Amino acid sequence: MAYTVNGTTVEHDEEGYLTDLNEWNEDIALEIAKAQNLEMNEERWEVVNFLRNYYDEYQVAPAIRVLTKALAKTMGPEKGNNKYLYELFPYGPAKQACMIAGLPKPTGCV
Amino acid sequence: MAEMSDFLVDEGVPDPLEMPEMKRGAMEGLAPFVAKPEHQAPLGFPGALVDDWQEKAIDKMGELLGKYRSLQVYLDSCVKCGACTDKCHYFLGTGDPKNMPVARQDLLRSVYRRYFTFAGKYFPKLVGARDLTKDVLDEWYSYFHQCSQCRRCSVYCPYGIDTAEVSMAAREIMDTVGQGQKYCNEIIGKVYKIGNNLGLPKKAIESTLEGLEEELEEETGLKIRMPIDEPGCEVLLVTPSADLFAEPHIQGLMGYAKVFHEAGVSWTLSSYASEAANFGMFIGSYENMREVSLRIRKAAEDLGVKRIVFGECGHAWRVAYSFLNTLAGPFDFLDPRYPAPQHICEFTYDLMQAGRLRFDKSKNDQYRLTFHDSCNVARASRMGDMPGGQFEIPRAILRATCNHYFDMAPETIKESTFCCGGGGGLLTDDLMDIRIKGAQPRMRALQQVREDHGVTHMAAICAICKAQFTKVMPKYGFDMDAILSVHQMVANAIVMTGSIQEREIKEKSEPAAAEGQAA
Repeated sequence: MAYTVNGTTVEHDEEGYLTDLNEWNEDIALEIAKAQNLEMNEERWEVVNFLRNYYDEYQVAPAIRVLTKALAKTMGPEKGNNKYLYELFPYGPAKQACMIAGLPKPTGCV
Repeated sequence: MAEMSDFLVDEGVPDPLEMPEMKRGAMEGLAPFVAKPEHQAPLGFPGALVDDWQEKAIDKMGELLGKYRSLQVYLDSCVKCGACTDKCHYFLGTGDPKNMPVARQDLLRSVYRRYFTFAGKYFPKLVGARDLTKDVLDEWYSYFHQCSQCRRCSVYCPYGIDTAEVSMAAREIMDTVGQGQKYCNEIIGKVYKIGNNLGLPKKAIESTLEGLEEELEEETGLKIRMPIDEPGCEVLLVTPSADLFAEPHIQGLMGYAKVFHEAGVSWTLSSYASEAANFGMFIGSYENMREVSLRIRKAAEDLGVKRIVFGECGHAWRVAYSFLNTLAGPFDFLDPRYPAPQHICEFTYDLMQAGRLRFDKSKNDQYRLTFHDSCNVARASRMGDMPGGQFEIPRAILRATCNHYFDMAPETIKESTFCCGGGGGLLTDDLMDIRIKGAQPRMRALQQVREDHGVTHMAAICAICKAQFTKVMPKYGFDMDAILSVHQMVANAIVMTGSIQEREIKEKSEPAAAEGQAA
């Protein structure tokens, strides 16, 4: 199971999450998004970039509330909410956005 | 033109208990991802299916039969009366006859008969005994992961046969031969490595809590603390890590913080035991369930707390209420005046009884509310000191905090409650099909109270229920945020001493006096 980007293959698990998080780059993100039937636009990049920065510091994806609060600051309150995140990532912001950002899948009762 | 609601009334909501059309083999292809070696190793299980798996599996079954007398009784005593057949939400939702509880038990029972009974050893065909083949193992893997161990069927079984225990035994046998489930086993490994199911390191938890403290201060004007690893507190709060991550869970956590603050009781989370959920139960592994439980004991001792309170988590409360003392007790170092452990609903309810909490119910007037009894709380535990306290205490809290409360149909609540469809280790995307179908009885009961009473929202006290409903409610015509935490309702309505909300109420009732005070 692998994505093919610019002639190189990048392994992923059964669900599409990267096996090695260090292999991520923006082209791979585009490829994962394509596999998820999503087109990357400015808003989706905003979320993906926030997730990557947060992960760099905390080694885990942020709580949904942390994410929405941050988005409310940068994108305005009408976009800083859970509903809008689900519009961007219909399969769930934590899971689909994390996958595109190359982060591991949040596990547990979520 | 006819209104949309006219159509709904005309057609009516189907009966949640309606017997489905039989669909043989409808779910036979469904199986969750198998655990990889790195998910198996931390739990002490082989990384992949071992060569002599058949022999090992039968040995393990023998060991479990010797260890758990109940298991042998359950496997021996079924008389095929049929009382359980239409009691499982997964059967009602899928119509697959192998999701009838008796058929699920028979998957294991047939193998038990072959290897452990006289008749099955010599006349297997006469007694429905089967060899344990790879096909049988695969069938186990599929259908024992279509049981959420909710125990609704056992309520209706005249012999009290507990399918959950049969399911747990089957999963334990499969783990032992190297056929584990990725979802549960990866999660237990994260508890061992990091302290919680989500894998939230302390630094991330601290940062989230800080943000929540700021939010609470902005809202109330009070410095409401949410500490972690603070020694010498009265209470250790053990809550599902989803309370630190997901919606609406996190609003429940903010509710607990408000209640502790108002009660003047110091409390702390622990990074070492930052998880209430105990997936060791789902996989039927006593050793892993104990390992997870011992973390809570160690955290309580290290932090020097006097009480342990559990947050809103269904099966965590089963393990806490029913098994914690056996697994990690005795808790003789805790204050004997309080139950060890105590449920956050008990904590809040006791304060209500003592007249120490004030609520402004109108703050929840946008909700017309019902309550989903979580299966593990309803059928495997209790709250308070009266029978049925686990049903009445959460409802008493909701009625005290909300003006519009309505129960769903009696045959779908309390001890007859339906599982949300995602319990018992099934809350994973690879099982989404059965999750959606299994939610059907609960969703129909909810549709009924929407028709009859205009109910808009449902509250629950389980992290799995909350996550599951967020996902499946839209499939049944509800908003994803129609599911709420019980302590979210508390958080909305509580009037805290010295808060902005308290001042607003005073100003409304006695404007002159409030002005005088301000001057």
